[in-house]
Amino acid sequence: MGQIEWAMWANEQALASGLILITGGIVATAGRFVQWYFGAYSIAAGVFICLLEYPRGKRRKGSTMERCGQKYMTAVVKLFGPLTRNYYIRAVLHLLLSVPAGFLLATILGTVCLVIASAIYLLAAIRGEQWTPIEQKPKERPQVGGTIKQPPTNPPPRPPAEVRKKPSEGEEAGAAAGGPQINPIPVTDEVV
Amino acid sequence: ETGPREAPHFHMTMGNWLVNHWLLVLILVVWLGLNVFLFIYTFLTYEMSDKYYYTREILGTALAFARASALCLNCNSMLILIPVCRNLLSFLRGTCSFCSHTLRKPLDHNLTFHKLVAYMICIFTAIHIIAHLFNFEHYSRSQQAMDGSLASVLSTLSHPEKAGNSWLNPIQSPNTTVMYVAFTSIAGLTGVLITTVLILMVTSAMEFIRRNYFELFWYTHHLFIIYIICLGLHGLGGIVRAQTEESMSENHPHNCSESYQKWGTHESKCKHPHFEGHPPASWKWILAPIALYIFERILRFYRSKQKVVITKVVMHPSKVLELQMRKRGFSMEVGQYIFVNCPSISLLEWHPFTLTSAPEEDFFSIHVRAAGDWTENFIRAFEQQHSPMPRIEVDGPFGTVSEDVFQYEVAVLVGAGIGVTPFASILKSIWYKFQRADHKLKTQKIYFYWICRETGAFAWFNHLLNSLEQEMEELGKVGFLNYRLFLTGWDSNIAGHAAFNFDKATDILTGLKQKTFFGRPMWDNEFSAVATAHPKSVVGVFLCGPQTLAKSLRKCCHRYSSLDPRKVQFYFNKENF
Repeated sequence: MGQIEWAMWANEQALASGLILITGGIVATAGRFVQWYFGAYSIAAGVFICLLEYPRGKRRKGSTMERCGQKYMTAVVKLFGPLTRNYYIRAVLHLLLSVPAGFLLATILGTVCLVIASAIYLLAAIRGEQWTPIEQKPKERPQVGGTIKQPPTNPPPRPPAEVRKKPSEGEEAGAAAGGPQINPIPVTDEVV
Repeated sequence: ETGPREAPHFHMTMGNWLVNHWLLVLILVVWLGLNVFLFIYTFLTYEMSDKYYYTREILGTALAFARASALCLNCNSMLILIPVCRNLLSFLRGTCSFCSHTLRKPLDHNLTFHKLVAYMICIFTAIHIIAHLFNFEHYSRSQQAMDGSLASVLSTLSHPEKAGNSWLNPIQSPNTTVMYVAFTSIAGLTGVLITTVLILMVTSAMEFIRRNYFELFWYTHHLFIIYIICLGLHGLGGIVRAQTEESMSENHPHNCSESYQKWGTHESKCKHPHFEGHPPASWKWILAPIALYIFERILRFYRSKQKVVITKVVMHPSKVLELQMRKRGFSMEVGQYIFVNCPSISLLEWHPFTLTSAPEEDFFSIHVRAAGDWTENFIRAFEQQHSPMPRIEVDGPFGTVSEDVFQYEVAVLVGAGIGVTPFASILKSIWYKFQRADHKLKTQKIYFYWICRETGAFAWFNHLLNSLEQEMEELGKVGFLNYRLFLTGWDSNIAGHAAFNFDKATDILTGLKQKTFFGRPMWDNEFSAVATAHPKSVVGVFLCGPQTLAKSLRKCCHRYSSLDPRKVQFYFNKENF
């Protein structure tokens, strides 16, 4: 089982725990159970966990199936840098989040599942796994005539190419700097 | 003037699908109907029946929900073990002749059924737990209520009657919390354990995990043993209580419920009611499937102990290992798969591989690609050429049938990526049948489309196409097999190279006579070409590949099938190899 990325399973487990916390929390709050405020906490914790865990991390090898619409949450989760990248932090976070929900029977299932997810994240962290965001690959649209080199901007007579200031690749044709023509090498008119 | 895409044509093809899949639909409908029926029947029993009158007084409708979902859970837990008894199912397929053709399709969708039943179990588990949470809460409240209501009177019933064990409310004192009861009762403990185990099984069985980390799924799924044990024990303790028959004669709810304050006094005829719990019922549902499954595992073990003789080992480019084997009593059909176990690598793991040999050959073969821990170790074990070859065990063959592929005059075969593997078996078999002039083979023409990113790991398949091409030339049957290879992972280098070598007779990438195409096939063009070439034929389209491709092909089949049933008809078959 050497190549298993535990974090992937921990992610599924944590997402499931989030949903269970939300459900248990709604039941406890709606039914006004004893100590229902733990249920309200559970809903909030569950929503937070679902949002945090929704964007799937990138696999180390091979392609990763993104969850539908995850790129928005990926952007947010990415912002927290090492806090969300590091799985030790996630393991501890989930462990702490699960504690208050353990006081209520309606949400204790969520606690148990979250603790298990936390343990799997701990295992993942020990094995050096990290959360890497799945980046959108920039769409390589073949531009019509994009391979045609930049047409010359200097009128003749033109100094040799090495001396000419090269415009950057892919720049729009119209973006060439305006202004008076300055020849980099003094040009003498040889017409006699 | 209605065209092929409009309503009448749609009905006709819906009808076609139904004809092919009627048994599947029937099984689904019966299963759903059974669930609905059991749920409603149990719900009404607990909601209407007199012996639960007093129980309902405390619990309300949540009682009925909990019990109805419990019964459905029992039923589905019984059903879930059956689709995974693959040896039993194979046996069923093999025996009766009615079974063999009609039952084939449903039996090959056994895993789909297993998943459906699993989803149903999850849904009913959720209903069951939520209902019982309300039940516990209501019991707790009525135990603590000081308002002298019927509910609180019923809850105090334990004290004088303790000896007779005829209490109703499992929460016996106002200081007992629901948490305490949950974790000190058998039902509560097994309940938490069974649900935790169910969740673990489901999260590790998610498609993403299953496909990429198969061993994790395989091992975690064996937690089902804990599930079964807990399910059997769950009902012990009889927390759900009904009024006894005897008690009903002394205290019938219709007569006595109003006068509850006077129970047991000499003012009223009504005595205190007595209650009893049910004996556990789950074991009755799951005993037979457990026995079947145990028998199945024993059978697998026995079959796997049959000696497998490895006759040839071939290392193909890109680390693909071909194993040719023989086993006594082994007989296969095209497109089937086997499970392979290699004790020296892992005692417990069985991995599925599609058979790449044809039934006509005197051996069976698999091509193993390095796609994970186990496969890499497996390939390495054979690469090292130690004098004793590692022993392997084989279970199977199982699975799907593409026997239909021989029934069509014209066959369009599409293999995408690794989906090309079963077609090795199919193409070889077609070729053997053709050579022997097998009358079962109705195929006159094959169009084979192979779509992959790059041919590296399938160089062996390339080889196969090459040799088929040569043999057909020798027999003078050049037009029998038309194949097109589509490379979707091309870049400008490859394309440039191909353009440069346009005039050469053989393709520079594959060495085949037919040229490689780049990018994805334009199915509209392909289908209309086939329709034009075979205006009066029935064309079978077979795909082994991703769902998106299935959608496009299905659409094209609809679009290019003629309205006139005597003209060209395309039938789409998606096989889950």
